[in-house]
Amino acid sequence: MLTLADLRIGEHGEITGFTDEILSLKLLEMGCLPGTEVILTHHAPFGDPIALKVSGYTLTMRREEAATIQIKRK
Amino acid sequence: MTLANVTRIALIGNPNAGKSSLFNTLTGLNQKTGNFPGVTMDKLTGVWELEPGRNVEVLDLPGIYSIYPKSIDEELVINILANPKHPDYPDMAIVVADASNLKRNLLLFSQVRDLGIPTVLALNMIDVAENQGYVINSLKLARELNVEVAEINAKKGIGVGGLKLAAIKTLKHRYASNDALPLPVSEQLIEDVQKQFGEADPYRSLLWLMEHDRMKMFSEEQRESFDHLMEKHHFESKKYKSAETVRRYEQISEVVERCVINLNRQWDAEPVKTWTDRLDKVFIHSFWGYLIFLSILFVMFQAVFTWATYPMDLIDGGVAQLNDWLKEILPESALTGLLTDGLIAGVGGVLIFVPQIAFLFLFISLLEETGYMSRVMFIMDKMMRRFGLNGKSVVPLISGIACAVPAIMSTRSIGSWKDRLITILVTPLMSCSARLPIYTVLIALVVPEKNTLFGVFNLQGVALFGLYLLGFFMALFSAWVLKKILRAKERSYFIMELPTYKGPRFKHVAISIYNSVRAFVFEAGKIIVAISIVLWVFASYGPGDSMAKIEEQVRVNNPSLTGVDLTNKIASEKLENSYAGHFGKLIEPAIKPLGYDWKIGIALITSFAAREVFVGTMSTIYSLGGEVDDENATIKNRMRAEINPDTGKPMYDAALGFSLLIFYAFAMQCMSTLATTYRETKSWKYPLIQFGYMTTLAYVAAFLVYQILS
Repeated sequence: MLTLADLRIGEHGEITGFTDEILSLKLLEMGCLPGTEVILTHHAPFGDPIALKVSGYTLTMRREEAATIQIKRK
Repeated sequence: MTLANVTRIALIGNPNAGKSSLFNTLTGLNQKTGNFPGVTMDKLTGVWELEPGRNVEVLDLPGIYSIYPKSIDEELVINILANPKHPDYPDMAIVVADASNLKRNLLLFSQVRDLGIPTVLALNMIDVAENQGYVINSLKLARELNVEVAEINAKKGIGVGGLKLAAIKTLKHRYASNDALPLPVSEQLIEDVQKQFGEADPYRSLLWLMEHDRMKMFSEEQRESFDHLMEKHHFESKKYKSAETVRRYEQISEVVERCVINLNRQWDAEPVKTWTDRLDKVFIHSFWGYLIFLSILFVMFQAVFTWATYPMDLIDGGVAQLNDWLKEILPESALTGLLTDGLIAGVGGVLIFVPQIAFLFLFISLLEETGYMSRVMFIMDKMMRRFGLNGKSVVPLISGIACAVPAIMSTRSIGSWKDRLITILVTPLMSCSARLPIYTVLIALVVPEKNTLFGVFNLQGVALFGLYLLGFFMALFSAWVLKKILRAKERSYFIMELPTYKGPRFKHVAISIYNSVRAFVFEAGKIIVAISIVLWVFASYGPGDSMAKIEEQVRVNNPSLTGVDLTNKIASEKLENSYAGHFGKLIEPAIKPLGYDWKIGIALITSFAAREVFVGTMSTIYSLGGEVDDENATIKNRMRAEINPDTGKPMYDAALGFSLLIFYAFAMQCMSTLATTYRETKSWKYPLIQFGYMTTLAYVAAFLVYQILS
């Protein structure tokens, strides 16, 4: 299953679902909705955390958190 | 303005949506804002003239993304909004929404409206949205959402008139919310909640049920009944919240579809590259990012330690001159002594901090204002995580260089309890500004001024920087130990918005500097001056009539002494026999292994409540117990002249100097910090742990340093 953690910088994806129930509420509230397009824009040094463009703003999260967001490639 | 019948309006919104800017515009009140999540840690109130002759109270609340709190700072909002009996419960809410991120901002709006509070939607940053290609039809939006919508520019203060009209209209008509729940639940469940806990709107009843653990209005028993109700009806709040959020977004998307024109889609172009994107290429780069952060820290230290010394020398010299002048013109009496050696020496010890605190807060508030602080959290998270901390711990740790009290309060935005607790416990190890004068005085005594390292760096500056690094690494090490000991209640996470870069609002920077300097001078100053006076009394008087006899004894025992030498001898004998001298002697056996004598003992005792008292105490002790020569009246020179009676060499040699430096670097000597830790952890256990481990660390480290160096 492809997750947001698999994206490389500049790649697009579309959120399809979440694997972690507790995190999903926080992510939903921050605008990570199923069907939303995301673009991975930055890595922090050493590849973690990551920054992505979603719903018109920049959101950061750790790689392990990104791995709970399922996506499909666009 | 706490009258019950005053109309109260709450400002609610996402972090960075512009709430605090709007608050300042409306109330003219000078309140600190910043461009990183979590600046408004507590509620703030101000007065807004809604109509001529009609003032309302405005309440600024911490920024939240939804009504469901994820961290301590967010809890406050639901505690006020879901409890009509709360003294701050508003008559109306203004939800400030960032128009460039409309959907996410409307989520919170829809939750607030469903609570049954009359709500106005204030659309901020419309210019940003338009630059990104979004045109919002706010009239249509108002019709769709069935509320008043006001277009504002909080930063420039535009649109306040429209907001006033919207507020007046909403207060008059009290637009009711829609009574339906976002997602249906069993009617029986809502009825049960209302039966047991009182009549309330359905959504509010549901909020009580889901968030009862975070709501202070409920007792322990009531919380248990809520748990029973959830069990009885097989209600899972996490599932409901997620489903509710998805449902709300569906409704919001439909509304936005109808009210917002997306120019980008029509042209099918790639989104515009913004300045923020370009700057982030550098600021969070894996090499340049760290280099820039380090350079900023370096400049900050340079400012605090080099540039600030000029005004500091002026203050130091000025106070010494004032004291000498007063002693000359005033008759010699106990009152003159209290004024000069007690009060003015104490006040001088406070004022001398001011330039450094001002420089520190200049930098910290600039970093916050521009949005750079969030980037620091981003690039530091991975490293901090290894030590049981969090990217968000960076802000408390950096603020800890100024003062641990606001630093500990700023940990409220850290969502995970364990990460937050560890940050609270280790933050006081960061060398705060109160330690700075101690460092400055002691380093000047034991580190030669002229020597330079590689011909570039001033050796004293290097020593000072070393002490700050030592504090930082000790904080990391202690955090790592605590990480192994403490058990996590929940998983740590780091999901955070990176705000766009903004130019600093210099008025806000100035206010931030002014507020922190004022708080320091008046809050810390009060303690320092009080202790200075008490100390002067204890150092000037002794048990029984021993003090009166000393003068005679000295004359008899030292018949050869005359003039200045005689008065000096009398003064130092008097100090030794005073109450303070007795206290110092009492603890001398315990501190002897660290190299300290009873005079330093007095300073240690007085600085247990607040370490900044050390220098003041030293100047009081040495001005009482020694010569006050006009040219050498600064504290540094008095200490340098001190001779160790056992060896006959200068008292402040390298071993003693470094032992004292290390002691003050690690010791927990700040009542305010301990009180803050208690307030933030709601338990005496953690301030006690903090006090215990830091004091032990200080004693052991100072012991080792003294024994190795002497």
